[in-house]
Amino acid sequence: MKAKHQRLWLGLAALAAVIGAAVLALSALQDQAAFFYAPSDVQRSAPPLDRGVRLGGMVVEGSITRAADGVSIAFDVTDGGATVPVRFAGITPDLFREGSGVVAEGRFQQDGSFVADNILAKHDERYMPPEIAGAMHKSESLEQ
Amino acid sequence: MIAEFGLAALWLAAALAVLQLAMAALGLWFKRPPITVRAEPVEALSFSSEEEGQHLADASLRVDKLNANGRGDAAQQLFASIRPVAIVQGLLVIASFGALIALFVRSDMSASLVVQHSHSLKPMLYKVTGTWGNHEGSMLLWITILALSGAAIALFERRLRQDTLIATLGAQALIAIGFYAFLLFSSNPFARVLPAAPEGLGLNPLLQDPGLAFHPPPLYVGYVGLSVAFSFAVGALVTRDVGPAFARAMRPWVLLAWIFLTIGIAAGSYWAYYELGWGGWWFWDPVENASLMPWLAATALLHSVAVLATRDGLRAWTIVLALVAFAMSMLGTFLVRSGILTSVHAFAVDPTRGTFILLLLAFYIGGALALFAARIGAVRQGKLFEPVSREGALVVNNLLLSVILGIVLIGTLYPIVAQWMGQQISVGPPVFNKTTVPIALALFVVAAAGPLLRWRRDETRALVGRMKWPIAAFILGGGVVLALAPDAGIFPILGLGVAAALGVASLAPLGGRNLRRTPLHIYGMVIAHLGVAVSIAGMASETAFSKEVLVAARPGQSYAVGPFDIAFAGVRPTVGNNWTGVEAVLVARKGEDGRAVALNPQQRFFASPPTETSEAALSTHWNGQLYAVIGQRADEGRWQLRLWWKPFVTLIWYGALLIALGGLASLIGRVRGKRTAKPEVRGYVR
Repeated sequence: MKAKHQRLWLGLAALAAVIGAAVLALSALQDQAAFFYAPSDVQRSAPPLDRGVRLGGMVVEGSITRAADGVSIAFDVTDGGATVPVRFAGITPDLFREGSGVVAEGRFQQDGSFVADNILAKHDERYMPPEIAGAMHKSESLEQ
Repeated sequence: MIAEFGLAALWLAAALAVLQLAMAALGLWFKRPPITVRAEPVEALSFSSEEEGQHLADASLRVDKLNANGRGDAAQQLFASIRPVAIVQGLLVIASFGALIALFVRSDMSASLVVQHSHSLKPMLYKVTGTWGNHEGSMLLWITILALSGAAIALFERRLRQDTLIATLGAQALIAIGFYAFLLFSSNPFARVLPAAPEGLGLNPLLQDPGLAFHPPPLYVGYVGLSVAFSFAVGALVTRDVGPAFARAMRPWVLLAWIFLTIGIAAGSYWAYYELGWGGWWFWDPVENASLMPWLAATALLHSVAVLATRDGLRAWTIVLALVAFAMSMLGTFLVRSGILTSVHAFAVDPTRGTFILLLLAFYIGGALALFAARIGAVRQGKLFEPVSREGALVVNNLLLSVILGIVLIGTLYPIVAQWMGQQISVGPPVFNKTTVPIALALFVVAAAGPLLRWRRDETRALVGRMKWPIAAFILGGGVVLALAPDAGIFPILGLGVAAALGVASLAPLGGRNLRRTPLHIYGMVIAHLGVAVSIAGMASETAFSKEVLVAARPGQSYAVGPFDIAFAGVRPTVGNNWTGVEAVLVARKGEDGRAVALNPQQRFFASPPTETSEAALSTHWNGQLYAVIGQRADEGRWQLRLWWKPFVTLIWYGALLIALGGLASLIGRVRGKRTAKPEVRGYVR
């Protein structure tokens, strides 16, 4: 390193760091960012099976069934247009219930069903995830 | 009356901020060009005597000129009165914030904010903390800390060159004006409702927790404390005073903000850990990222300021970091408060508020960067150094921290940009873990090696020699994970190895020193780096060795979780101040005749607003924590239980406390040592 060019070198190093960060972040985003699907989207185009995604919609009334082990459940998620069956093992959030908005994180399966490893529900009546608010617009009006 | 008093105090404070800015601008205008001739430190006498002579001649000429027309006197008068203005402004905002707290404490239901976010039957603690558990109140807390920072500079800062101090106070006032306008025009916390409401709507039960009381205020002190670094940088750019003396003056302020930020993040992390009941301690939630980004920038700043203060290097770099650090604070405020993110922290749903903060952000950051671009040519290149040196290690530290910051920034903003383009994407742990963890590990290796390097120039071979014990510790630490949890993955193995190496290396700077005569700031560095090692050890251990059991438990049954047997006796009803609930009765035992530990995870039902929350039960042992959550009732009288044994998980937060403690030791050392300010490298390799 030529001493008198140190500021130049430092500037270049900083630039390299910024570009490196951008490249790293964007490549990871390509591979790992979770896309949001509504059940109707799934009908339109086949979702990827090899990456984590989010499925959002409304839990269909009367669709929650509990398995004998007491911790596994199955339910249907709808956006009014289409319905996707979801399986999940774990403790559901306090506000997870039939007829209520839900976002499931997990993967689609070969048979078109969805296995969730995390379930998010809206926190309280004053707060709704924008994803649900958008996706649910139709189905909520359907209900009324 | 209290509300009107609070509002009046806020308006007066805003007026004083305008006055403060005007006085600073006028004073600097009168004083231009600068008459202060500062004695340069001896080692800085490297430029040619011609240049220096010219400098002195110029200065004395200017002094004559100024005295002739008396502008210098006017400047001096303005300068003398700007400190009291800043202090009174701080007092007024404190009074205003006190008025808002009083409204909440008295449950004054004629105040709109109290009606919206409080309830007369709420416990007193949550009435007080409810003050900032909402958009308007939290912004008032924000500006209170901003004004107090300004007042603190005015009261305590004695080392900064006078004109730079004035410019700094001017910059601080300029920031404050924008946020006063934001509060007064779009988020008035003192609005009344007529007629008064009979009762309040209550506070989100998730926020009714001591964690709420302790986590936002220190975080805000950290966030907004970085405004001081920003104002210092702007001040130094305005007066072209970027040098070691400036860095030494700025360092304690950065340290102070950074200590609070560290504590705030650690407290927020622990709060999420036990309150959300998901068993995790970091979720890469945008709100967490919003607090992490200023911390990363401030950590980088802290290290580059050390180079500027001790070796007069990295001048422009340090200024940029000071600007970036506060930019990240404001970006965090924008992200969190604009309602653009999905989170319990997103109080504001009014889009004009988000736009307002975004405009403020663009104005301050754009303005500061423009000033930087205009002035950086005037900042001479600092002292040079070899690549293998303490400075070199600190540069690498800064670069790696910047890379992590860049990744977190892109990952946090990406979903927002994608949403504008009509695509809904969420960016979570898979993205962040995969990208930041390897770089963080590299950063910790540099953190281990850096303090073992000499300033200016060192030998690679000598460094390897000094690293032999840390390297041995690395092999040992990684080996432990490899032996006990072979399929834990590469990150925990490297993590525990690096933690062990950093732990050993962090103590090395004390070796061969007289411990009683070692300066406090050296202890600060040692403790903080040791804290990082402790924290990583906790993270790696939790990731590698955690045991989880998910069952629908039958009363009378026992379940093995790690080394414990947890017996489930059943559930019983329970009641609190403003909630009812059920709790599980669990008894954990290690072995047949181990001590019985009771665990009572709860489901709570709140009446206003009607909400359920889940309260995890934690049992802390010297070597980890038991963590129990109760879910729903299953058929056949069973209850869902989720049980974890998390070995050494507590080290994560103990480490964070050590980091903050190291910062504190360093701060005390710097503040006390400043009176005899001298570069500490004298007598070292020169």
